[in-house]
This record gives sequence, structure tokens and C-alpha cells, in this order.
Amino acid sequence: MNKVMSNKAVIALYVLPAFILIVALIYGPILITGYYGLMDWDGIGEMTFVGLENYSQLIQDGQFWQSAKHSFLLAFFSTLSLVPYLAISLILAGKIKGSDLLRKIYLIPMLLSSVAIAQLWVKIYDPNNGMLNSFLTMVGVENPPSWLADTNLVLYAIFVAILWQYAGFYIIIYYAALKGIPETLVEAAKIDGANPIQIAYKIKVPLISGVIKVTVVLAIVGSLKYFDLIYVMTGGGPNGASEVIASYMYKKAFDTFDFGYGSAIAFFLLIITLVVTWITRKLTASEDEVQY
Amino acid sequence: MAQTQDTVGKDNSILTNVGMGILYICLIIVAVFQIYPLVWLFQFSLKSNAEVFGMSPFALPQEPRWENYVRVWTDGNINLYFFNSVWITVVSVLLTILLASFVTFAITRMNWKLNKLVLGLFMVGLMVPIHSAIIPLFAFFLDLNLIDHPLSIILSYTAFNLPLTIMILLGFYYTLPREIEEAAVMDGCSVHRIFFQITLPMTTPVLATTAIINMIYNWNEFIFVNTFISSDKFKTLTVGIQNFIGQYLTDWGAIGATLMISIIPILIAFLILSNRIVEGIAAGSVKG
Repeated sequence: MNKVMSNKAVIALYVLPAFILIVALIYGPILITGYYGLMDWDGIGEMTFVGLENYSQLIQDGQFWQSAKHSFLLAFFSTLSLVPYLAISLILAGKIKGSDLLRKIYLIPMLLSSVAIAQLWVKIYDPNNGMLNSFLTMVGVENPPSWLADTNLVLYAIFVAILWQYAGFYIIIYYAALKGIPETLVEAAKIDGANPIQIAYKIKVPLISGVIKVTVVLAIVGSLKYFDLIYVMTGGGPNGASEVIASYMYKKAFDTFDFGYGSAIAFFLLIITLVVTWITRKLTASEDEVQY
Repeated sequence: MAQTQDTVGKDNSILTNVGMGILYICLIIVAVFQIYPLVWLFQFSLKSNAEVFGMSPFALPQEPRWENYVRVWTDGNINLYFFNSVWITVVSVLLTILLASFVTFAITRMNWKLNKLVLGLFMVGLMVPIHSAIIPLFAFFLDLNLIDHPLSIILSYTAFNLPLTIMILLGFYYTLPREIEEAAVMDGCSVHRIFFQITLPMTTPVLATTAIINMIYNWNEFIFVNTFISSDKFKTLTVGIQNFIGQYLTDWGAIGATLMISIIPILIAFLILSNRIVEGIAAGSVKG
């Protein structure tokens, strides 16, 4: 047994192709990003070493900080949106009829490409022929705003599309976790006279705190990485009002061919993602994972 | 169900019913919010410009203009993008699943010292943002002459989906009994035969889950194709429709038809395999 299953050559044959692939295409590149960040490079010509110049430029770049502010705002709102998702999941998991169908309907937008979602919402927000403004005019709103062209509203308009896209994702996660709670615990609480809201608050939510923690990290880190949807919907505009870190990085690298500066932003994004993940996990760490 | 209702709401069953009614209405409003934009998209994909610009956006198409679909399919290159999406998705999914199965088999079934460390390295890949790797990846493929070559996206899809795929497979492999494999070893079976003829067939259910999840990710992927591919003949639907819409900005019917064509395969897959998709999403996220 041991001989056959410890054959080193076979192990290498099975593991190495995948391993080489992730080292070459994931780990190598993220390290090299940090290195490119120290260079002045247009992507084609010679690289010149400029030390920390890109990073000091980054610190003084108002446009970058504006993008970072937008990314963090989206992260904040995405985290807040977890509360209604959790509430919906608690209702759905409470043995109601049709919860299976509802869950699946909620999930559909999440399965579509961000490009399709972005293009659809561009049409929904169309000032003249879009669904939203036609509805607002119908109910008597005069001069409804021109959502994606309005620098004050554009980020919130995008956030609604993000809500639409991800609602089902979080609901599915919470639902699966809630279904994993043993019936006996809930039944015991009922016998002790707890009402459904108490059961939800004091028993179910604490029991899935581990999963909630994961979703908080997912929501924050996911928001910091938003790209496709915003890039397609507004391209970061108007006038930078919806620019986020990833879209700003992409523009610098692939539109203005400043690969060195783009890499510095990308490396910053990586560090910030790792730090935020770590902080979130620390802050939301309970003494011990609840056991049941 | 009846029993719990009785014990909870014996005294105030009217209140409970009203409460339940309100909850249901909330749930249904959310469902309408989630589904109606797609219904609306389908409607305007069948309209003419005169209808879009001259009538209420909520009006049904006067007579469905299926020719919008025919027109974009052939004139708009959408057929080409569609078939590119299909074959690139299929090749990437097969490659990802095969490589991930090899790794998961070696890690859970074979005996070697570094297996936990290697598994850890694969799992860290789950946290890496694609955007932080995209510039060096571009330079790397440029060096290999793979820019504007489909291999660049196939390899990228495979690499970036391996961690998640391995994670989903892992849960299944741990629950799989080893007795059959042990018996096969006794009978003098080679490792390859055990893997291909015993273990791999036993994992079919979880392979289906990972396949559908991978398919959705690859079908919808945008940033790699947008960055690595420049000629029309290799573009996939996400980037293709983006270009197409750039050219037909005011032709709502054409845009709607293109978007519908891009999402129909996903919707069909969802109708057939919704349980697997739900399972895959739940399994793939929670343990992260």
C-alpha cells in the first residue's frame, strides 16, 4: 500500500503542473508587481530604476486618494448591506413556503457577467428612456436626476447595481449556514419560551458568527477590488466621481502606459487587501469559534 | 411546520399571520427587484428604436422583433464571440478540473511530507486580487509571444480558478471512503489506474459542481480578455459585446439582443443545474 501511494515520481507528476501554473501566473506576478513599482517603464521600452519615486508620487496624488475614498465608501456600504441580507436569510431559513424558489431568484443576477450587468444598468439609468426615470416621472417626480452623469449620485447609483448583483450571493451563504444549525437548539429555546426574534438574535446569529466574519471580509475585500462593473458603467467618470483604486490602476497602466506607476498602485492594492483582511479578522474575532 | 406554528402562535395567530404576510411582501418585493430588470431587458431586446424612444419603457413590444437577434448574431460578430466563449470556457474548465483533481488526489490520498504546505500555498491563492497580478502577467505573456493568443487567457483562467476548485474538491475527497482504493492497491493496481478508473469516477457529483462554477466564472470573465486579446477573432462575449455596444450606442434593440445572447447560456445552465450552483457557491465561499 504505502509503496504504491508514496511514489515520488507520481506525486510530482500530479502536483507539479498545477503548482508551476500558480507560481508562474499568481505568485510570481504579485511579487514582480512590487518590483515594477520601483521602475519607470512604458511596458515596451527600457525599464529604469527610480526607487520609491512612484510610491512618493502616489502619496501626493489627489486623484488616487479620491479613488481610494470611493473604494472605501463602497466597502463601507457593502458591509452595511450585509445586515438586510442576514435578515432576509433568517426569514427564508425559518421554514417558509417557497424559500427555495425565492433564494434562486435572488441569486440570478450574481451569475451574469459584470459587463452585461453594467450595460443593463446603464440603460436602466438612462435619463430619457430608462426604466428608473420613466417610473419616477410616472409617479410625479419632476426633473429626475441624470444618475450616472451626476457627480454627486454616480457612486450611489453604481452601488445599487452592486447590491443587485451580490444580494443572492450573501443570502445563499447565510442560508446555508443557518440550515446547518441543529434543530434541537432552536427547539430547546422555543420550549423555554423564546420568541422568533430572540431566537434569531441570541441563538442563530451568534452560532453563525464565523460565517458572518467571512462575509465581512468578502464584502470589504471584494469592494476594494471592484473593477469590471465600474469600468464598463462609467469608466470612472464623470470627472473621476466614480473612479476606484482598481480602475485608476488599470487606466494608468493600460491607457497611459505608465506601467511603473500602475504597478505601484497594484502593489498598494495588494498590501491594502491583505492588511484589511487581517484587521477585519482581528476585529471580528470572537474569543473562540462557537461550537455546536 | 404546522406544529411549530401552533406552539409559537397559539395566542396571537392573527398577529402572526399579519406578520407573516408583511414578511412575504418584503421577500416578494426583493424578488421583483432582482428579476424585473431582466424582464425589462428582454422586452427592449424585442423593440424597434421607434418604440424605445417614442413609447413608455414599460410597454410590451408591439410585435416582437426577433430580427434584432438575427441581425446582431451575424452582422455584429456576436456569433464569433459566442463560439470563442464556448470553446475557451470548455477547454479552461476541463484543464482546471483535471489539474485540480490530480492535486487533490495527491494531497489527500498519497503519502508525502510536504502535502500540507503545498495545499496551503494553493489556498493562499484564493486571497490574491487579480488586479495586482495583471501588469506582470501582461509583460510575461508579451515575452512569451502569447499576447493576443487564446492560450494566455486559458492559462490565466486555469491558474486563478485552481485554488477554489481544489478547495471544493477537497471537502468531497475527505468524505470519500478509501477502502476501494486500498483494495485496488492490494490487487496490484497502478496509481494512474486508481486515479482514472476508481477515484475520478467516484467524484463525478463534485466535478459537476466545480465545472458549473468554473463555467460561470470563465464565461463572465472580462479583465484578462480585455487586457490580453486585441484581435476580434479571439475575443469572447464579454469584451465582444463591450465593443459592439460602443459602436451601436443608440440601437437599444441590438444592445438588448446582444446582452440577452450573452446571458441565455448562463440562464439555461441555471435552470438545469440550480442546485449544483447554489451548492458550489455555498461551499466555495464559506470555508475561505
